Amino acid sequence: MSHAAPTAASRGPREWTPEQRAEIDKILARYPTRKAAVMPLLWMAQDAWDWIDLDIMRLVGRTLDLPPSHVHAVASFYTMFKKAPTNKYLIQVCHTLSCALVGADKIVEHLERRLEVDEHGNSRDGLFTLMRVECLASCGSAPMAQINEHYYEKLTPEIVDQVIDAIRAGRNLAEPRKEADQWTFPVS
Amino acid sequence: MDVPRILTANWGVPDSHRLPVARQRGVYGRLPRAFGMAPAEITQVVKDSGLRGRGGAGFPTGVKWGFVPPAEKRNGKPVYLLCNADESEPGTFKDRYLMWLDPHLLIEGMIISSRALDVHRAYIYIRGEFRFIARRLEQAVNEAYDAGFLGKNILGSGFDLDLHVHVGAGAYICGEETALISSLEGEKGQPKLKPPFPAVEGAWRSPTIVNNVETLAVVPWLIEHGAAAYKAIGTPQSPGTKLLSASGHIRTPGVYEVALGYPAAEFLEKECGGLLPGRRLKAVIPGGSSVPVMTAEHLLKSNLDYESMQRNLPGGDSNKIIEAGGSYLGSGGFIVMDDTTDMVEGLTNLLRFYAHESCGQCTPCREGCGWMYQILCRVRDREASPGDLAVLRDLADNIHSKTICFFGASAAMPVQSHLIHFRGEFLERVQHNARGAGAA
Ligand SMILES: Cc1cc2nc3c(=O)[nH]c(=O)nc-3n(C[C@H](O)[C@H](O)[C@H](O)COP(=O)(O)O)c2cc1C
Ligand code: SF4
Ligand code: FES
Repeated sequence: MSHAAPTAASRGPREWTPEQRAEIDKILARYPTRKAAVMPLLWMAQDAWDWIDLDIMRLVGRTLDLPPSHVHAVASFYTMFKKAPTNKYLIQVCHTLSCALVGADKIVEHLERRLEVDEHGNSRDGLFTLMRVECLASCGSAPMAQINEHYYEKLTPEIVDQVIDAIRAGRNLAEPRKEADQWTFPVS
Repeated sequence: MDVPRILTANWGVPDSHRLPVARQRGVYGRLPRAFGMAPAEITQVVKDSGLRGRGGAGFPTGVKWGFVPPAEKRNGKPVYLLCNADESEPGTFKDRYLMWLDPHLLIEGMIISSRALDVHRAYIYIRGEFRFIARRLEQAVNEAYDAGFLGKNILGSGFDLDLHVHVGAGAYICGEETALISSLEGEKGQPKLKPPFPAVEGAWRSPTIVNNVETLAVVPWLIEHGAAAYKAIGTPQSPGTKLLSASGHIRTPGVYEVALGYPAAEFLEKECGGLLPGRRLKAVIPGGSSVPVMTAEHLLKSNLDYESMQRNLPGGDSNKIIEAGGSYLGSGGFIVMDDTTDMVEGLTNLLRFYAHESCGQCTPCREGCGWMYQILCRVRDREASPGDLAVLRDLADNIHSKTICFFGASAAMPVQSHLIHFRGEFLERVQHNARGAGAA
């Protein structure tokens, strides 16, 4: 069964705000060509508008004097540029070898049950989208997941539950976690 | 092991990522001496130190720097320095901590390297998943500008350098240096044929040096202590220390700085804390997912340096190295597997990764990786026949060295080595398959 999922309906033409324009000028000064700014601008657009639709690709193309087809090719090549919306919290669990060796699959299965996700990874409550991804360079603190920008490491089903509860209770994702400043991870 | 902490000296110091603390710990203290040297002298120190690139290939850094054409042969083109902070090789997570805990050390290394290479604009290319680290790097870069370590006329030397952080967006292949360059230029991150090598014609068709985070972070120490002190650590051909990322079935996974040549058995016992109680060592992938897997027996007899891992054989012939029980030190991503590990499952996992990450330009790689993954899924699920193993091996041998970039070989070597060293497990799966064929 499929839950109500965010739709990729057209959101209409876009324009940069004056603040964004000022930022774009700074970005352009960092590179010898305008084309090189395509990824930074796609990031900026995604931060502002959640995902990259065709109107945004046109806007980026116009800004950098690039054909929309080039912007489209670039946006499509890189997996982190979202070409369709996801729910507010994107949970990406690494399932590459080091994580798999210490139980990544259990974490995914636990999340699937706990969030009651559908076949597209969307949770019943409409808050989360769950995905499996390849190595995120946290292999020593495995299993792990990235939720939006933040890494959650040394996961157990109990920790997963705490994190989910905290997010549902509206706690700030950016709260520091001790793993960030640690570089060895003794198994208790 | 009693080794100078060249790369990890400031790890664990509170607020080590902030400029005042970094300065107190000696970071940026090597700049006056570096600016007192001629650029060629700096390159000479790096050459004499024997430092080898820490991104995976182990190519001598000073030699690579020497490939940049002299100013009179550059037709007025600038030289670029790109720090490879893509860190996407499965099993590798060292650069992440270096940038998180000591970003100023990397910046100092890039300033000195830029001075040596006549670079006035440098970039740190960091993977998109590391945006939280990119923000910290940007904060450090801003601190360095404010303190006069970046920008115009650094420390009154007359030398100018601009440094920018460029954030990727999820594509393993962007760690390959020519793909990284394409990506920085605003293209799809696809590798280009070499030659021309980036040192001659790289970013924006200008001479470009791409170095790994860890490589560049060694440079300040070389300036302070000299090449001879560095050569005194490690082995004659693999001098210095290396960051190893240890993961898998061990008691203390993490990042460790060790002298090259360190016995693997000792590393496993002391740093990695040994295995979990009651478990036995089965296999280790010692240098990131792309290098051949080693058996416990071969690993425990090895030393962790470039030559001994390769059994002193030339690097190009991976089948010979595998048959001799060797592998490569690669990125130092040390993945440990104990006797509970299903090697068929493990290899299938890795090939899913390579099938997913092939950039798709070369037919052998694009088709071959997908095909190898499909076969492995069938072997895993007991749906394959013994003939499929022969096809698998054939595919791996035919991808190796037949592609634009080294990714093809990176996908082939895990297959070749698993089929050689753990043949029994694969045979069992195809002989006792779900259709009952060959079942005893
Ligand atoms: C498929 C592939 C992926 C790579 N990924 C990385 C990486 O994530 N980080 C890195 O530093 N080098 C990576 N490399 C190696 C780079 O191409 C390049 O050799 C290296 O950045 C050079 O720096 P070094 O000489 O300091 O090692 C990769 C190579 C290949 C073929
Ligand atoms: S070997 Fe694979 S990853 Fe490398 S250029 Fe060819 S298709 Fe792309
Ligand atoms: S294998 Fe999961 S973070 Fe590296």
